[in-house]
Amino acid sequence: MSDASPASARDALAEGLARVLGTPVENLVRLSGGASRETWSFSAGGRRLILQRQRSGDVRDMGVEANVLRAAHAAGVRVPELLASGTADSPIGSSFMVLSHVDGETIARKILRDDTFARAREVLVGDLAAALARLHSIDPSSITGLPATDQVAQYRTTLDDLNASLDQAHPTFELAFRWLEANRPESARRSLVHGDFRLGNVMVGPDGLRAVLDWELAHVGDPMEDLGWLCVRAWRFGSASPVAGVGTYDQLASAYERESGLSIDLDVVRWWEVLGTLKWGIMCMIQTSSHLLGLARSHELAAIGRRVCENEYDLFLALDGRWQGLGVK
Amino acid sequence: MSELHDVPSAAQLIEAVREWLERDVLTSTTGRVQFHTRVAINVLAMVERELELGADQRATHAARLADLGVADDHELARAIREGRLDDRLGEVVAAVHASVVEKLKVANPGYFESR
Repeated sequence: MSDASPASARDALAEGLARVLGTPVENLVRLSGGASRETWSFSAGGRRLILQRQRSGDVRDMGVEANVLRAAHAAGVRVPELLASGTADSPIGSSFMVLSHVDGETIARKILRDDTFARAREVLVGDLAAALARLHSIDPSSITGLPATDQVAQYRTTLDDLNASLDQAHPTFELAFRWLEANRPESARRSLVHGDFRLGNVMVGPDGLRAVLDWELAHVGDPMEDLGWLCVRAWRFGSASPVAGVGTYDQLASAYERESGLSIDLDVVRWWEVLGTLKWGIMCMIQTSSHLLGLARSHELAAIGRRVCENEYDLFLALDGRWQGLGVK
Repeated sequence: MSELHDVPSAAQLIEAVREWLERDVLTSTTGRVQFHTRVAINVLAMVERELELGADQRATHAARLADLGVADDHELARAIREGRLDDRLGEVVAAVHASVVEKLKVANPGYFESR
C-alpha cells in the first residue's frame, strides 16, 4: 500500500467500498485527514455518502462509535445515518464507518459571523441544549464498549506524563486541579456523554442544528460535562457569548431543563467548564509534544505550545472570585 | 553592553524574514500554504516580542518565585500540589496570575482584548 500512487490507492479504496456496499462507487474524494483518521466523500446508489476510516496501521476500532451513532439515531438525536461499519479485516483495510452526507457548515467562524447563519445563531443554543438533553437520556449500559474513566484522574495522569517528557511545570494547572478536587460536585446521574460537543463538531444549516458529529470521545459520565465543555472560552471562537459563542448560561440551562424535565445547577456546569479549560490546555501540550518528540514535525504544532498560557489565563478568568474553595481570600 | 555580533541583531534578522513573509509570500500563496505562512508570521512576531521583553520578564519572574521561597516553577508546582503553600495561597494565586499575564504578553498580546 505504501508504494501505491495516490490514484491507485483511491481506486483500491473505491473497489473496497463497492464490495462493502454492493453497489458501484463514484466521485471518491479525500476531504480531510486528522492525526488518526481520514474522511472521504463519495456517491453510491444515487446518494451522497461519507467514509470515515482509521489511518492504515492504526489499530483503533470504530465499533464503539458505530454503536453510539445507532443509539443516538434511535433516540431521535440528529446524527448522520450509519449505513455500514467494519473492522481492519474488511475490504476497506482499516476500521471504518459509512455515513449519510449532511448538508451544512461545521466551521465555527463562519457559523458565528456569516449572514447565512443569522437565523441559525438565534436558535442554536436551544437546538444544542435540546440535542444534549436527548442524547443524555440514552441508557449508557445499552451501548457496548463505552469507556467510563474519571476525567480528573485521566487528565492528571496525562499532565504528569507530558510534564515529565517535556520537562515542564504549570503552577496554574496545579491550582486548577486543587480547586477541582476541593469543589467536585456531588456524584450525579450517569449518562452517555458525547465528549467533544462544540462548534466544529456539529453540522449547522441556515435554520439551525442539522447533525451532531464526531462521537469518537463518547463515554459514560456526568452529563454536565458536555454542557461545561460547550462553555469553554476556546469554543466561543472570539464571540462574547459564553455558550458556544451564541448564547447565555441561562439560555442553555432553561432550554436543557425544558427538553429534559430536569433542573440544572449552573455551578456544576461551571465546574466542568473549569475542567474543560484545563483539558484544552493539556491538549495543546499534547499537540506541541508531537512536534517536539518528532512524531509530526510542524511549526503549526510547535506554536500551539505557546497557546497553553491562553488556557491558563482563561482558568484565572473562570475562577476569578471563586478561589474561596481553597481558603484564598 | 558590547556585542560580539554585527548588525543586524537577532531581532532585526527575524523582523526582516517576517516582513518578507508578509509582503511576498502571503500575497502569492493560497489555501494551506497561505495559512501556514500566517502561522509562521505569528511565530516570528512572538519570538521578536520574547527577544524584547524576555530578559526583564525572567528577572521579575525569578523575584516572584524567590518571594514565595521556591527556586523555579517546578518547585512551585510541587508545593501547590502538596499543599505546602496553603497558608499563603492568596499570594500564590496573585504571583501565578502575574506570570501568566507575562507569558501571554509574548505569546499573544491580542488575547487580552479578545473574548
